[in-house]
Order: sequence, then C-alpha cells, then structure tokens
Amino acid sequence: MMDSWLFDVVDALLALTAVVLAAMSVLGSDQKRSIVLFIAFGLLLSLIWARLQAPDLALAEAAIGAGLTGALLLSALPYSTAEKGACRQQRAWADIAFNRALRGLAATLIAGVAIAMIWALDDGRLQSVPFTVSEQVFGHLPHSGVGNPVTAVLLNFRAYDTLLELAVLLCVALGILALGQPSVPVVAPGPVLVLLVGILVPLLVLMAGYLLWVGAHAPGGAFQGGAVLAAAGVLLLLSGHRDAWLPGPRLLAAALGAGLFLFIGAGAAMTLSGAVFLEYPEGWAGAIILLIEAMALLSIAVTLVLAYLGGPPAPSPSPPARHTDVEGH
Amino acid sequence: MSSTPLLYGLCAVALFAIGLLGAFLHSGLLTRLLAVNVSGSGVLLLFVVLAYQGAGQRPDPVPHALVLTGLVVAVSATALALMLGRWLQRPEQEPEPETEQDQE
Repeated sequence: MMDSWLFDVVDALLALTAVVLAAMSVLGSDQKRSIVLFIAFGLLLSLIWARLQAPDLALAEAAIGAGLTGALLLSALPYSTAEKGACRQQRAWADIAFNRALRGLAATLIAGVAIAMIWALDDGRLQSVPFTVSEQVFGHLPHSGVGNPVTAVLLNFRAYDTLLELAVLLCVALGILALGQPSVPVVAPGPVLVLLVGILVPLLVLMAGYLLWVGAHAPGGAFQGGAVLAAAGVLLLLSGHRDAWLPGPRLLAAALGAGLFLFIGAGAAMTLSGAVFLEYPEGWAGAIILLIEAMALLSIAVTLVLAYLGGPPAPSPSPPARHTDVEGH
Repeated sequence: MSSTPLLYGLCAVALFAIGLLGAFLHSGLLTRLLAVNVSGSGVLLLFVVLAYQGAGQRPDPVPHALVLTGLVVAVSATALALMLGRWLQRPEQEPEPETEQDQE
C-alpha cells in the first residue's frame, strides 16, 4: 500500500511537470529557451513512458524525441530569426482584427475538444477498451522468432507498418538531398569536445550494436539503435568532421535504401517461395528479422544524420575541418 | 485500480491542447513545429495510456509498436519541414537562385 501511495505522488509530479514544461516551451516567446525546455520535456516524457511500462518507448523518446528533435530544432535556430522578421512584415498589412478573431475561435474550439476528451476519460472508458490483439500477440510470440513483443509486432506481425515507415524515411532523405546544401554552423571544437568525441563516438557505436542485438528479447531494436548511431554522427559534425564519416554518393545511396530494399526483397523472396508476402519461414524468422533490422538501423541512422546536416555531405573527405576554418578567417 | 491511467490521460489531453493552441497562436515556423511536436506527444501518450493494463500487468505491445513508428515518423517529418522552411526563405538571401550556372 505504501508503494502505491508513493507511486501516485510520483505520477502526479511527473504529469504536472510535463504539462508545465510543455506550456512554458510552447507559449514562451524566446525561441532558444523554448527549444531547451522542449528537450527537458522530452526527457520527462521518457520517464513517463517508463512509468507506463513502455521501456522501448522510453529509450526511443530519449534518443529521438528529446535528443534528435531538439538537435534539429537548435540547428535550425540561426535560420529562424530572419524568417520571423519576414512574417512580421507580412502581418503589417494583414487584417489584425480578423487574425485575432480567428485565433480566439481556434482557442475556443481547442478548449471544447479538450473538455470533450476529459469527459470521455472521466466516463470510465479508459479501462473498458478491450485489447484482444494483445492476447494474440503473446499467444504467437514463441513463433515470431524474437522474445520482445514490441519487436515481434514491428517486424513480424505488423511488418507492413515498418516497411512503409522505412519508405517514409527514404522519402525524407530524398527530400533533404534534393533541397538542401550542407550548412552546419562551423565552430572550431574546443579540446574538451575533441576528447569527448574520442570517447563517446566508439561507445555510441557499440551501444547501437548492443541495442540492435538485445532488441530481439528485451527493450531495444533498430529504431533506438539507429537513433543512437545518428547521435554519434551529430557529435562528429559538431566536432568539425564536416562529412560525419558518411560515405560517398553511391555508398550513401546504398545505405539509405538498404533497409527498405532488403525488406522488400525478403518479402518478394517469400512470395516466390509460395508463402504470403513477409510471412517468414518457420525457424528462420529470428535471423531474417535481425538482418532486416541491421539494414534498417543503417538507413535510419544515415537519414537522421542527413537531416541534421541539412543536405548532402561535403564532397571532399576533408581533414578535421579546423585547419580550413582558420584559413577561411 | 490506481489513478495512474486517469492522471496521464488528463496529462495527454492537456499536452494535446497546449500544442494545438501554440500551433495556432505562433507565426514562426520553428515555434509552430515545436508546438505540433508537443501536440503529437499528447496523442502518443494517450495511446500508451490505453495500452497500460495496471501495475504488474503486461501492457499491450501493439500500441507501443505504433507509437514507436509514430516517434520516428514525427522526427523525420519535423526534419523535412525544417528543410522546406529553410529552402523557402533561401531566395531572400540569394538574389540568384541558380548559383551553379553563374559560377560556370
């Protein structure tokens, strides 16, 4: 009883702090402060996932939601101030009264939606939602080739979801390659950062591999591992390695497409051998899933690094960029 | 039954509403994207609350897998949106968009 009382207090504190942080982040006016608060909010949210017994999500949120989204927003900050000024100019001639009325209407509508949602929660429907699929997942888990039910759902029972998700990631990577030019703000790295990169990057690579392997029977998997590997790439970019050790155009394209095309190829091979698309042969499921996940990890990591880089990597496999910077100045 | 699901359910609704409100109130791309991300977090949180079956019970893995997919899609959509935003304002900084031909 003591424990449950204590956990109620923890839950209340976590929920309240998350809402306050989100409100401060969203409604604040200083952009940099908003982003830092958003990162803190993401870390808190990952604690909430852990409290709700979703450790896979806690790992993913800490790496993707808080880490990489925060890094992406921070890297876009230098481009954002100019845009804000442009928006103000546009609004000088816009009908301000109409604008305010529209905003008031939006706020009222959102409040209405929120009240309706709270009413639905209060109605006790939360616990009455039957999840019969859950029993099916656990019933078929021994045949799925992996022991982690989330990995089994992602790569076996609902493999289509992951297949299409990798297609979405490939589209994003193509969009970034088509639109962007590499424009990471170059700052000469200090000695502490260089030292940290030397220690952290090998550790992150090792960690990504561990997450991939352990995802078969415990929390982890390709998404968490890919995000951690991407974090290593971002760290390299920050420390002056302008290409983040990304390969040349052809190998880069291969890495980007590896996850999706291996997935499709595996499915096609199963179809040709008489099974249904993505119906893994008995006994081989574990190995096939690990192979697909390894390629998916590569694609995810490269896509996320490209997203942070904001375009194709610098063509010259340059020496650590510090020297060229000194020449430039 | 503990109050955990209800508490986090209310938290999810609040996050959703705050994020949506921010997306309407702000005009800058960056703050709007941030607000949409917060709003999306609320939706994902509600999903996970629905999967929660109580302390000591194993939760439903299907919503967890969907939310994991949602997290990755959200970050890639954010990345593409930031990229598009940067690209849209590029002509203002460079009068000639096709610089490669100029150099030749």
